[in-house]
Amino acid sequence: MFHSGLQLLCGLVFGGELLHTWPKNALAWEPILAFVDIPLQLWALQIFTGLALGSVLVLLAVGLSLIFGMLAVVNFAHGAFYTVGAFAGVFVFGLTGNFWLGLVAVPLIVGTIGLAVERVLLRPLYGRGVDYPLLLTFGLSYVVVDAIRMIFGKVGLPLSAPAVLQGAVNIGIGYFPLYRLFLIGAMVLIVSGLWLFLEKTSYGLIIRAGARDPEIVRVLGIDVSRVWMVVFGIGTGAAGIAGFLSAPMQSVIPEMGIPVLVQAFVVTVVGGMGSLPGAVVAGLLVGVATSITVMIAPQLADAAMFGLMAIVLLLRPQGLFGHRGLME
Amino acid sequence: MSDIGIRVFGNQLAITIRVVARHRVAAVIATLVLLPWVVPYEALSVNILLFGLYAVGFNLVYGYTGLLSFGHAAFFGVGAYACGIAVATFDVNWLLAIALGTIVAGFVAMIMGGLAIRTRGIYFAMVTLALAQCVYYILYQWTDLTGGENGLRGVSVQAVNILGLELNLLDPMTKYYVMLVFVALALWIFSRILESPFGAVLEAIRENEKRARACGYDTLRTKWLAFVLSGMFCGLAGALYAIHLSIVPIETANYTMSGQAVMMALLGGMGTFFGPFIGAAAYLLLEDVLTLWTEHWQFFVGALFVFFVLFFPRGIWGSLLHWVQR
Repeated sequence: MFHSGLQLLCGLVFGGELLHTWPKNALAWEPILAFVDIPLQLWALQIFTGLALGSVLVLLAVGLSLIFGMLAVVNFAHGAFYTVGAFAGVFVFGLTGNFWLGLVAVPLIVGTIGLAVERVLLRPLYGRGVDYPLLLTFGLSYVVVDAIRMIFGKVGLPLSAPAVLQGAVNIGIGYFPLYRLFLIGAMVLIVSGLWLFLEKTSYGLIIRAGARDPEIVRVLGIDVSRVWMVVFGIGTGAAGIAGFLSAPMQSVIPEMGIPVLVQAFVVTVVGGMGSLPGAVVAGLLVGVATSITVMIAPQLADAAMFGLMAIVLLLRPQGLFGHRGLME
Repeated sequence: MSDIGIRVFGNQLAITIRVVARHRVAAVIATLVLLPWVVPYEALSVNILLFGLYAVGFNLVYGYTGLLSFGHAAFFGVGAYACGIAVATFDVNWLLAIALGTIVAGFVAMIMGGLAIRTRGIYFAMVTLALAQCVYYILYQWTDLTGGENGLRGVSVQAVNILGLELNLLDPMTKYYVMLVFVALALWIFSRILESPFGAVLEAIRENEKRARACGYDTLRTKWLAFVLSGMFCGLAGALYAIHLSIVPIETANYTMSGQAVMMALLGGMGTFFGPFIGAAAYLLLEDVLTLWTEHWQFFVGALFVFFVLFFPRGIWGSLLHWVQR
């Protein structure tokens, strides 16, 4: 069995004897002792798990970043749209029994809701200070989550992955759940599709120009407010599909969006607000950091990503890929 | 009512609002003294009192300094837990426990503020939210000390002795007025902070941070200090809340609790002295009435909040003040 080089390193640094004189019941030492005994194979598998979990975060953060980069709105209802996506998926699946149909229907449903929200609620607030859209989406998240409770009830609903995606496959380092592999693939496809749309199409060009200087774009005869609406729709649609894709891995409950919102914020802060590469790198980084902490110190798993965020804030407040001065 | 009658009533109201705004500390305290006689039951009036103080503390950073924090549940929660643990586990004197809750909350605010102040504008809301969630997880996981998911039990302070006067805290009215003493003291200090040169710098930062910095004020340090003071007010509210409930539920440090401060302050009126109490009272009364006939009260509270953001961003008291001063 492989043993990690870290074990050797710890042994060299602390000396084997010292290692055993540490009080084993003390909370602080346990993780370090466990850290030393983990085989390399488990590390690799756990990193892969982290990439799968991170994929969901990437989809969320990309939507959040896109909306911010364009509209300068921090969408506090992003977690609520994620929840809507999961429930819309359960609904579509219950209606048709087809998982694949959900992949198309969910972003359309959630995106349409997003379009309506931007048009009716957010548009009156532009030009009134950056805090107001944020506060509005925060209030909206209460309304949306309670509306879901009214419609679907409080009990968790199951959504199972299609039979093709169940089970595990050998990926060279061991057996890995097929659905998680699919999740990574789906994220790569969606994000590259979005990237191609933004970089290679003429509408993408308008979006990028609008993010840089809406005034000039308007002068050129383009209806910028419609572009903003579309961008909000795309961002919420991405949140919706993230909810749908993560639904088979958890119980679908109305409150599932709250921890996810916080995680998406951490990713955006680490990656840098308004940066797509930042969202991808930071999303995967946070996913891997969390799943590795689950393995070496489960009691710290929930707090690990905040440690990462604190380090980034101390060393590079604008985020890994962020531009200094963007927020001023 | 005739046209003239309405105008006379309007003038009377305007005069009252001006008087209340001028003698803000006295007016708030007088209102709070009368509160238990107006509100349907005593537990609700204690809640209005303590959540009002919580919203006041939050108002120092958002209403007066212009920093939108979504992490104030951390200070409320830490204040409640520190006070609760001191009383329940270590059998500390209740007065000392309240002071401890306030100080520990201030200490947490120092760390959180130190990290969050480094970011600007809209980042601030996200970073404070994330750091507060981290505090929540720590409180949740540290089961030996905090009781974890079940909350902390046995924070019983049944009777207190103030200057030889034996007071029974099991009597809700006595409890309310004992807590009012702390809240009144906090409000007086709060008002003094606002009147001080430091308070003027805070408002200068809210209006134009670059100009305040250009005038030679250390804006980073000022914001940080405001954040710490705000955390201490919220910690005091939390410590009193622990004694009020005699348990500390884990929900005191929850995301929803942070949101509650934002909602209360905005509903009442940000950057006003009286607003947060009016917001707390409105929020809690609404919750109280709505839960009688629906379990989906959050739907209506959320919708009302959205309505206020869209049409009355000054809040109830702020809109009244604006109407008087127009």
